[in-house]
Amino acid sequence: MSQSTSVRTRPIAEHLFTWPAAEPRLIGARCADCGARTFPAQAHCPRCTSTAMNEVLLPRTGSLWTWTIQGFRPKSPPYRSDDTVETFEPFGVGYVDLEGELLVEARLTESDPERLVVGAEMELVVVPLYHEEDGTEVVTYAFRPVEGAGS
Amino acid sequence: MSADVAVVGIGITPFGRHEGVSGLAQGAAAVRHALDDAGISWRDVQFATGGSQDAGNADTMVNVLGLTALPFFNVENACATGGSSLSVACSLIGSGAYDLGVVVGFDKHQRGAFDPNPSDWGLGDWYGEVGLMLTTQFFAMKIQRYLHDHGIAPRVLAKIAAKAFRNGSRNPNAWRRTPLTEDEIAGAAMISHPLTQYMFCSPGEGGVALVVCRADLATRYTRQPVYVRSTVVRSRRFGSFEVFSPWLAPDRAASPSVEAAQAALGEAGVGPEDVDVAQLQDTESGAELMHMAETGLCEDGEQEALVDSGATEIDGRLPINTDGGCIANGEPVGASGLRQIYESVLQLRGDAGDRQVPGGPKVALTHVYGAPGVSACTVLST
Repeated sequence: MSQSTSVRTRPIAEHLFTWPAAEPRLIGARCADCGARTFPAQAHCPRCTSTAMNEVLLPRTGSLWTWTIQGFRPKSPPYRSDDTVETFEPFGVGYVDLEGELLVEARLTESDPERLVVGAEMELVVVPLYHEEDGTEVVTYAFRPVEGAGS
Repeated sequence: MSADVAVVGIGITPFGRHEGVSGLAQGAAAVRHALDDAGISWRDVQFATGGSQDAGNADTMVNVLGLTALPFFNVENACATGGSSLSVACSLIGSGAYDLGVVVGFDKHQRGAFDPNPSDWGLGDWYGEVGLMLTTQFFAMKIQRYLHDHGIAPRVLAKIAAKAFRNGSRNPNAWRRTPLTEDEIAGAAMISHPLTQYMFCSPGEGGVALVVCRADLATRYTRQPVYVRSTVVRSRRFGSFEVFSPWLAPDRAASPSVEAAQAALGEAGVGPEDVDVAQLQDTESGAELMHMAETGLCEDGEQEALVDSGATEIDGRLPINTDGGCIANGEPVGASGLRQIYESVLQLRGDAGDRQVPGGPKVALTHVYGAPGVSACTVLST
């Protein structure tokens, strides 16, 4: 997804995903001792307790492992959005299996339960989440179904 | 089976909403009921354990119960608060330090879904801003995958919730006492697909207390002691699918419920087939379904046939959540674990009235599960 230079944008947090980028990637960590991966990156391995963790870019495609639809507006805080209780639109949430390296939880761009199926091919995108008071657009990562993947 | 500890008194306050009554006051009221049940006074109590998640420090209730200088250990462990409090009490009695104590759990939550702060759970603020900081999503995604893996039809979720409201209608202390049809439940507002409003429990209020003592002293206080055969708390392992997880390892490990239940049954020297009545964490009806298998009471995928056959009803082969569970009682986090113990003791005493399991149940299993991946299981017997 390309970003406009006329609108100030910022990622929702640093070190979550590469941005700006034509093909954004999530930033994780890989344990040099046992190979376990984490997202976000962290300094200790939760599997073998090693501290030899290196940052890695995670695969940008994967398959949908499970999903749901968030049917009500989450309490705010912590939720942030330009919407209100009246204008809230349900959104999809799922875990995507990134080529067997790890499963990442994310918002989905699809929110129709008829169009979400376990095993569907998904790809990483960066999408607008909300605007700050000064107009800055805050973006986050999400997964969308790969078009033409037959799901 | 041998036991170090017996439950000789139980007390509960009605679960639900109580405007103007603090959670602490509900806990203290439950303690008084438990003391009356055991025929003792607060002055006789040598120690206390207990806690709440959102309703204050348990040990401050000495202000209303009496300033007797007893040691009071605050225990707060999310959904496992009750199980952890009982576990601590059993260790204190088992070690020989004390003979007689009180265990109390209570809570009072705001209306609506829980709104935890991401930083309290080791997560960045972004996780909550995006809209992922919801336990409801976790349970929905776990049951969604489970139904897929085991070929279970979603309609069973409404059937389990209908049982909860039906059992709740027979429980004078339950919050939701009006039976609902499966169609009403399945057709209610979709909270988090595939789970509707009436398949979820709601955060609520309530208090429960127990009087526990050295097993060999139990008949001083009651003619019907119920023995704590085991009480086990477990946290998660690498690879288990847990609430508030931005990522999961590719290889699934078993839930902490599996280890807690296996250890509790093992320490008690019984098998799943010996359990006469079970109280399982039913944050939503899919949780009850999955926890049936995680606690070893059935195999993965067997649940649909068991539920359809009526096996999990009060008069079935394997009665589950006989008091209506969290779905009918609501979820005061600090109180729910002890509510399960209260219900188990009533059932084992034969005092459960309209909802009594027939045939004189002898062995009861309780199970709680909650964020961030903690489970507590208890085996009780006559």
